[in-house]
Amino acid sequence: MSPVSRGFRGRSRSDAPRDRVPPGQYVTDDFPVLSAGPTPHTPLDEWTFTIAGEIDEPRRWTWDELRALPSEQITKDIHCVTKWSKLDSEWEGVSVDTLLDAVDTEAEHVVAFCDGGYTTNLPLDDVTGGKAWVAFAYGGEPLDPEHGGPARLLVPHLYFWKSAKWVRGLTLRVDDEPGFWERYGYHNYGDPWREQRYWGD
Amino acid sequence: MAGAAVLGRLTWRLAEVAGVVAQTMRTRTLVLEIDGWSGHRAGQHVDIRLTAEDGYQAERSYSIASGPDDPRLELTVERIDDGEVSPYLVDEVRQGDSFEVRGPIGGYFAWSPDDGGPLLLVAGGSGVVPLRSMLRARPRDVPAKLIYSARTHDDLIYRDELSALGDDVLLTLTREQREGVRAGRVDEDLLRDETFAPDEDPRVFVCGPTSFVESVASALVELGHAPERIRTERFGPTGR
Repeated sequence: MSPVSRGFRGRSRSDAPRDRVPPGQYVTDDFPVLSAGPTPHTPLDEWTFTIAGEIDEPRRWTWDELRALPSEQITKDIHCVTKWSKLDSEWEGVSVDTLLDAVDTEAEHVVAFCDGGYTTNLPLDDVTGGKAWVAFAYGGEPLDPEHGGPARLLVPHLYFWKSAKWVRGLTLRVDDEPGFWERYGYHNYGDPWREQRYWGD
Repeated sequence: MAGAAVLGRLTWRLAEVAGVVAQTMRTRTLVLEIDGWSGHRAGQHVDIRLTAEDGYQAERSYSIASGPDDPRLELTVERIDDGEVSPYLVDEVRQGDSFEVRGPIGGYFAWSPDDGGPLLLVAGGSGVVPLRSMLRARPRDVPAKLIYSARTHDDLIYRDELSALGDDVLLTLTREQREGVRAGRVDEDLLRDETFAPDEDPRVFVCGPTSFVESVASALVELGHAPERIRTERFGPTGR
C-alpha cells in the first residue's frame, strides 16, 4: 500500500479511458523522442531490409521493393517505458507477416537490427499474426528521421523501445538474445499491461 | 558492465524530503533520504510515484542530480506549466514530505571513473542535471568540459557551482546578452573551438530538449566524432 503524497491531487482522471492506459502511464498528445545516440541518415538508395538467420535463403528488399509490397493503415495506442502513452497513433507500413510469408524456419525469436547499431529482441510470435509492421509513415507523412525514419519496426502491444527506429532487418533465431536496452536493465519482454519495465518486473 | 546497475527487481522505496534548494524560477532540487538506497552511477535516473488521497497514482522519471559519493540522493526538477507531477515537486513539496522512488535506472547514459575520459558534456536547459552528476563523479585527473546552453543567466541551474569549475565549464546564453558570458547557440564552430577534438577520443554525453540534442549530436558527427561515442538523452515534445 503506497503512502499518500501530501497535497498531491493529480490531474482529472476522466480524460483518458483507463482501459487504454496501462499502469504507471500518462496520456500525451506530443510525440516525445528518445534515442541513445545521434540520428543516422541512410540514403534511400542505400537502404535495404533483410530477413536473415534461421532461414534457407536470406530475403532482402530495397526501399522501392519494400514500398511496392502491400501496406496497411494502422491505428494503435503506443506506450513508452518512460511513462507516456499516445492514443490512436496513425501509421502506415508493411506487415511483418508479409515479409515472413511462407518462410520455413525453426526460429522462435527475432532480433531487430538497425542503423546506428541498436538491437531489440522479440518472440517470433509477437511479430507475426498481425501484431507488427515495418512502418514508414506516421500521421500521413513520411516518418521523420528522429522518429525512426525512413522506417521503424512497429510493435504497439509492447513498450515502444521494442519498436526499433531505423530498422534494417530481422535476424531469426532459435534461442533468445537480449538486445540493446534489454542488456542495460530493461525487461526482456516489455508488456506494458504487466508493467514489465525493468529486469525482475 | 552492461546493465550492471540494475540487478534483480527494483523495489519501490520511501523517500523522505530532507531538504529543498531553489535553483531558478522554474527549477528546484529535492534532497532525499531513502532507506536502503544502493547507490547509482552518474547519469542514471529514478522513477518516482506519487499517490493521491483517493489512491490515484502518477509515475515519472527524473535524472539523478547528485554524484555517486554524495551523502544523499538529489533530484533537480523543472516545472512544466501544464504538467501533472512537476508543479507538485517544484511548488508544493516541502521538507518532511515523502513519496516513492525506485532505481537507479539506465546503464547506457552513465559514466564512472573507470570508463575513462576525457569527458565532453553538452547540456541544453535542464539537460544539465545528469551531467552535473558526472562532473561530481569525476576525479580531478580526468579532463572534462561542459558546454551548457541556457536561455538567460537566471535560467542557469547550479550557476555558482559550475562557475567555480573555471575553464572546465563554458556557459552560453541564447536569449540574453550579458557581459562576460558567451551569447549564442551551441554550433559546430563552438564545438570545434572549445572542446576536445575527435582524436582525443572523448566520452561524449549530450542531454537537452530534442531539437538541441539533434543539432548538437549531428554537429559532433560532422566534426568527426564517432557516433558510437556520442550518448544522448532527450526530453520534451517534437511538435508533431
